[in-house]
Amino acid sequence: MNDDVRKQTGGYIGQSVPRREDRNLLLGQGEFVADIQLPNMVHAAFARSPLPHATIGDVDTEAARAVDGVCFVASGADVCAELPPINGMQVVTPQGWRDRVDTDILIPDQPLVPEDKVRYVGEAFALAVADSRYIAEDALELIEAELIPLPPLAEAETALATGAVLIHEHLGRNVAAFLHTKKGDGAAAMDACPNRLSRRFVHHRYAAMPMETRGVVAEYDGRTDTLTVWSSTQIVHWVRREISTALDMPEERIRCIAPDVGGGFGGKGHVYPEDILVAWLAKKLDRPVKWVEDRHEHILNAAHSRDNIYDVEIGFDDDGRILAVTSSFLVDSGAYTPVGAGIAGNSIAHMLGPYDIPHYETDCKIVLTNRTPNAPYRGAGRPEVGFAMERAVDLVANHLDLDPAKVRFRNMIPADAMPYEVGLTYRDGVPMVYDSGDYPEALNRALDALGGLDDIRARQKTALAEGKYLGLGIGCYVEGTGVGPFEGASVKIDSTGKIMVAAGACPQGQGHETVFAQFAADMWQVPIEDVFVTVADTGQVTQGYGTIASRSTVTASGAIKIASDTVQEKAFAIAANMLEAGETDLEMRDSGIGVKGVPDMHVTWRDIARAAKPGWDNQRPDGVEAGLESTSYYEPPTVTWAYAANVALVWIDPETGQIDIEKYVEVHDAGLLVNPSLADGQVKGGLVQGLGGGLLEELAYDDQGQLLTGSLADYLLPTASDVPPIEVVHMETPSPLNAFGVKGLGEGGAIAPPVVIANAVCDALRPFKAELNSTPVRWGDVANFFDGATA
Amino acid sequence: MKPALFSHLVPTTVQEALEMMGDHAAEARVLAGGQSLVPMMNFRLARPSVLVDLNRIPDLSYIDDRGDYLAVGAMTRERAIENSALVRDACPLVYDATLNIAHLPIRSRGTIGGSISNADPAAEYPATMLALDAVMIAKSGRGERSIPAAEFFEGVLSTTLNSDEILTEIRVPKAPADSGAAFVEICRRHGDFALAGVGAQVTMDGDSVAAVQLAACGVGPGPVRLTEAEAVLRDNSLTNEILSQAEQAASAQVDPDGDAHASAAYRRKLAGVMTKRAVQQAAGRAGGGV
Repeated sequence: MNDDVRKQTGGYIGQSVPRREDRNLLLGQGEFVADIQLPNMVHAAFARSPLPHATIGDVDTEAARAVDGVCFVASGADVCAELPPINGMQVVTPQGWRDRVDTDILIPDQPLVPEDKVRYVGEAFALAVADSRYIAEDALELIEAELIPLPPLAEAETALATGAVLIHEHLGRNVAAFLHTKKGDGAAAMDACPNRLSRRFVHHRYAAMPMETRGVVAEYDGRTDTLTVWSSTQIVHWVRREISTALDMPEERIRCIAPDVGGGFGGKGHVYPEDILVAWLAKKLDRPVKWVEDRHEHILNAAHSRDNIYDVEIGFDDDGRILAVTSSFLVDSGAYTPVGAGIAGNSIAHMLGPYDIPHYETDCKIVLTNRTPNAPYRGAGRPEVGFAMERAVDLVANHLDLDPAKVRFRNMIPADAMPYEVGLTYRDGVPMVYDSGDYPEALNRALDALGGLDDIRARQKTALAEGKYLGLGIGCYVEGTGVGPFEGASVKIDSTGKIMVAAGACPQGQGHETVFAQFAADMWQVPIEDVFVTVADTGQVTQGYGTIASRSTVTASGAIKIASDTVQEKAFAIAANMLEAGETDLEMRDSGIGVKGVPDMHVTWRDIARAAKPGWDNQRPDGVEAGLESTSYYEPPTVTWAYAANVALVWIDPETGQIDIEKYVEVHDAGLLVNPSLADGQVKGGLVQGLGGGLLEELAYDDQGQLLTGSLADYLLPTASDVPPIEVVHMETPSPLNAFGVKGLGEGGAIAPPVVIANAVCDALRPFKAELNSTPVRWGDVANFFDGATA
Repeated sequence: MKPALFSHLVPTTVQEALEMMGDHAAEARVLAGGQSLVPMMNFRLARPSVLVDLNRIPDLSYIDDRGDYLAVGAMTRERAIENSALVRDACPLVYDATLNIAHLPIRSRGTIGGSISNADPAAEYPATMLALDAVMIAKSGRGERSIPAAEFFEGVLSTTLNSDEILTEIRVPKAPADSGAAFVEICRRHGDFALAGVGAQVTMDGDSVAAVQLAACGVGPGPVRLTEAEAVLRDNSLTNEILSQAEQAASAQVDPDGDAHASAAYRRKLAGVMTKRAVQQAAGRAGGGV
């Protein structure tokens, strides 16, 4: 903790306040969507395509309807007759970005249940509703659907091939977006570079895989014409918006709540067909309807992520100074692209990372294929581009026989260059400026945590002499966090004097209630117990955005501050009236407002709240409206830039290729840490997910578009026993862009591990000039290097 | 992921269970620990219309010393085997194999009979039984028969049990004096089914291998008795040269398939490496060390 910052803020901010969420969770009193039981509730299930690409012929639901206990069955045609598709552009990019980045975007809408064709294994083509999920699944087996196979577009390059079948015929192409941008002279600068290397880097497909799958419960009240929808989502306000559009109901008549949510990581960060369908069914059937995604459905149908191919060229001088980078990359978007160009936009913006590189040019194709739709997952475009860039930096070092750490130091933006104009545009449309930080210091500290570079190299040399293989992996990144467009918050003083805070943020386990209470308690100078926080409920905040993209600490704190300032301005006016003092003589203290220097002259928030009430005998001065509440919106000027240096030491078993991580270190800077304990947990959780992606987790498809890893027996999540020793070191360079100096940190941990592992393994195998330029890093591939050496 | 409709029968004696199997043989499955069958039913890949649940039959859970061999009741939990001093002392390879099975909660439910009857090619117990020449006791309304391990495993999830038979007991010969045992495997994650695993029981006569029993899991359609590697090792000293030959013999003998987790070639290589390591460890333990 930065003591100076703590002194400035005082109070709770900066302290590891215990999570107020944990009481319920530890007592088994949490409530997740699956826990919700309503009288007369029925259960929905979806028939999902076994084929990646097929025309839908006749769908006969008659036998399914006849099953005892079934109350409704619908084909895609039945659904499409009543409901429009989800607008493909759930996330709109601002004009400023489209102006500064060349774009050609054609995002397909997504039918809630398609009637014409299915486009990935797992896409629903019919649904059934019954008294139990068991019966609903029995009914699904009786639906006779004619699925006429079409050639599968099993991967991006197949979809781009001349003559490839079109997945969305009306688009006329299999590319959802072409993007292009450049800095300096771009590719033209490459000719002047003394050394150039070109490589292809592949970041495979894996996914968020939260412990709680998705799920929706909806209840319609015909008397009041209101819908209540509980969804395991990160974005309740988007869900409300899309249901409102699809059902043509006012948003105000729809309340969307995310109850306790067991992880999201981006996978629950957009609206899915089931969010709308379950609401529709509840209204149509006039019965509460529940659908809880099972794990197999989740793996097939919830958004996947990553799955990029990068062709990179890097130009550098003989000292390892990087002069130019070009990249041409493909994002395999799957059948739809619910978050549009968000992932690719991030990749474009993050390629240069912490380095001062004068020339850069990149182009991207977001390719539509017969895979499950691709949407952001923790890191969202940064792990992918980071893998390409940080592997390339190591290759530069290898080429020149320099230490990869030293090449990084040579290229890093020094602390005295902050704020640093990057020369690119962020996807919020604002020119990128790294706001604060000390990138070389982060790498120095990381190496020190492993014993220092000299010690590491000495150990490596000794090991090699004994026939043992030890490698150092490095991965550095910067991360735009706290992105707009806005977040909403409502603050009011209850007549008991308690501070009621509601925010549009929509947590999935991060601890927002705790962190927002810390902010509000300091803003209002009250004990934290006097702050009541509500999140993830559209009934509490008119407009909200949600918890995605490492944004809520930054954006919600801003909204809570604006709302609090607005209410406090009024509270001061009323207190001045009550105390018969000038406002400038007043100060906030002791859960209220008092006259400076006069201990007895004090009114509490309770007193002020009562004085502010509408009606007879109020104590408001003339011209001050009744009530002490405000709903406010924070629109951040642009993103804050978190960053980190990751390093790891790994051992390789030369007989099996097995990789054992001796220690993994991340030195992370997310500005002021509001709650260091929660921040630490966020970074560590991200690291474990990143290690899972780098080594274990894989959504593998065969060349016919069939998913091969459809259960958790085959999709390997890291478990507690697979986590190596991890050390996280926090630096705290405040951001100058907001009142508290905070930056976002939810995603950071997941960004670097895949490339750190790849770099570490290649470092250990330097005697074989090994290159591992794709993920996941497979033991079998590692073992092959040794076989080659002995052959 | 909900199972199709089924009847759940709960016998409390072996005799009752055998009658139920006789009545429903064609459509019935035996439920032991449920660690494989229940997920398969949830995926509707298995859809028995009758489940004969052996969990309420106390007579099927025991570990008995019968002189030359241990008799283990089919419903004995893997956890009970792990905790049995008798197993550890008399059949150390069974003990060592058990330590490699999945995770504690799974071992607390999973049974030895269930694992053997399920015959997953990557499971530890089938390979262990094959290595040790264990004998399976199968019962039905028609009587009882003894099936040597070498005749029990047929292929992927397939055994020579008849549809009305229940595996009731496993008889594992005790390890000879001067022997040592080790089960060594490699998994992508701790507790997963192995990419390759080898169980070894080695009896030493001075520096020379007097007897050796080896079997592998995860590298074929069923457990593989590594006869070629056994032949290399028998009556030889465990020199680097001999161990290397055994490694190559094991790799050459197995015929694994590739999948999303490992290529066939990598699995074949691992079979050799695991063989070498299992033999080294077992031989080390035969010297009196554990």
